[in-house]
Amino acid sequence: MVIHTAVRTGASLPDRPYGQLECEHVDVYYGSFRAVTDVSLPFGIHEVTALIGPSGCGKSTLLRSLNRMNDLIDGARVDGRVTFMGEDIYGKRVDAIEVRRRIGMVFQKPNPFPKSIYDNIAYGPRVNGMRVDDMGDLVEEALTKAALWDEVKDKLKQSALGLSGGQQQRLCIARTIAVKPDVILMDEPCSALDPIATAKIEDLMHELRDEYTIVIVTHNMQQAARVADRTAFFTAQVDETSGDRTGVLVEFGKTAQIFENPQDQRTEDYISGRFG
Amino acid sequence: MATYGIGRVVERTLEGRARGGEHSLRPLLFLGALWFCLFFALLFLVVLVATTLLDGAARLDLRLFTEFPASAPERAGARPAILGSLWVILATAIMAIPLGIAAAVHLEEFSNQKNWFNRFIEVNIQNLAAIPSIVYGMLTLSALALLGIANKNMVWVGALALAMLILPVIIIATREALRAVPLEIRQGSLALGATPLQTTLRNTLPAAIPGIATGTILALSRALGEAAPLLLLGGLVYLTFDPNGFASGYTTMPIQIFNWTGRPQDGFHELAAATSILLLVLLVAMNAVAIVIRNKFQKRW
Ligand SMILES: Nc1ncnc2c1ncn2[C@@H]1O[C@H](COP(=O)(O)OP(=O)(O)OP(=O)(O)O)[C@@H](O)[C@H]1O
Ligand SMILES: [Mg+2]
Repeated sequence: MVIHTAVRTGASLPDRPYGQLECEHVDVYYGSFRAVTDVSLPFGIHEVTALIGPSGCGKSTLLRSLNRMNDLIDGARVDGRVTFMGEDIYGKRVDAIEVRRRIGMVFQKPNPFPKSIYDNIAYGPRVNGMRVDDMGDLVEEALTKAALWDEVKDKLKQSALGLSGGQQQRLCIARTIAVKPDVILMDEPCSALDPIATAKIEDLMHELRDEYTIVIVTHNMQQAARVADRTAFFTAQVDETSGDRTGVLVEFGKTAQIFENPQDQRTEDYISGRFG
Repeated sequence: MATYGIGRVVERTLEGRARGGEHSLRPLLFLGALWFCLFFALLFLVVLVATTLLDGAARLDLRLFTEFPASAPERAGARPAILGSLWVILATAIMAIPLGIAAAVHLEEFSNQKNWFNRFIEVNIQNLAAIPSIVYGMLTLSALALLGIANKNMVWVGALALAMLILPVIIIATREALRAVPLEIRQGSLALGATPLQTTLRNTLPAAIPGIATGTILALSRALGEAAPLLLLGGLVYLTFDPNGFASGYTTMPIQIFNWTGRPQDGFHELAAATSILLLVLLVAMNAVAIVIRNKFQKRW
């Protein structure tokens, strides 16, 4: 196992990412409360993009708007455009179900289904009506990609709830991989895990980057530095008239640049406050 | 529940004494009163069960299961009543369980909880659960009159009243079981591209089954012990054949007990006691199954 500790230099990355998934002037509202405003951000294909910033600045909100999970929250509304491969995912002809299949999500708290390990993985392909020649192979492939196969191959029929927290989270990643998405969104996927489990997941992200576009929200600066190709820093701005604390994008760039040479004072304050 | 409450009061009172805080007579008197109430309630139960056992043990034999009611107690048994109870409960389950679960799923998973109409329904389901059972008998009776059905003594008619009686209980239990399934499970399923319906049918509902089963079994055990609505619906008949279908005539164990206790001969009282024991055993068994299911599947996440 390789534990990547150095900040990724991003030397080999293009200056502007090829945005497979892209926000254009996105505002997200909960009722009349504007939680996030005017975010324009490309998420590079086969790159890991980290979203960082203080609590309550709307990182999770923005993340949920990227695969229409916000649709499930009463009163939540997205203005602006979120495009996936050039198409607005909020467009009239677009099916939210299909969006969520193509853009998967891993949550903060591991949330395996109360089913067997095997059924957890097979669930996604089954509900999506995917044509699968051999479900056993697909389960093995997903678990292998999520670096969990060796640990669970002898107990596929056992309940997923018997796994450790770290294993459960990797199972959730495997479950997401099994439906063959293009993008994986992760909202603080390691915040409930110990350092060893965290290192495993971070390693996994390095592997997965080759096949998937990954967006990760994290409060852990070192983690962002270790896993992300690019980093977006958000903060909450208080609106004078309404008093709302609304999230704004402060700075976006290659991770090395954000951490070593931030252009905005607020980024620098935040990073040095947490880092140094 | 009640004993738990008393236990707590006792504990606290004893604690108070141990700390030397309360030496006055009043807490002690209160404690004494509580113990007395508890003792009294238990005493009744014990006496009731003991006398029933003593009275009925002699007649708790095979004849109870094989014989039909007869004019002489020695030759009489509860066979049609036992079968009738089974038929009625089966019909009740068929009517109430799918409807109750479907209603609960709709209310909990799909309806907009902020809508005034849905809130109105919700409040009324709570109210319905507290309505005396005979009212459901009257309701069924008037429905039959409206439909012009003269023959009330049919399994499905009795079951209809009982199904209405336990429907609110099943709905409430199912909703609670669904609510106990964490939101994250639903989110996880939806994030994989499952539709809300798939999420409910394949994930939420199966996860809630232990809770639903517990609530449903308890509800059915209540229906099994009911006599009032069935008496109103003509369940009190002298049956000389086995109930054999949903449209068949029937009588049930509670009604048979009611009938026999009204007779002057001691032999019938013994029979009533024996049938009561059988009913008690059934009810205790159902409750035990419900408790086992609840304990076995409790706190899975
Ligand atoms: N379901 C919701 N309904 C209403 N308001 C919400 C909802 N979820 C989040 N908010 C509000 O939106 C704002 C942004 O919340 P969000 O959870 O996106 O922040 P975050 O950056 O993810 O914070 P954290 O780092 O603590 O996870 C907060 O003010 C929050 O109160
Ligand atoms: Mg968050």
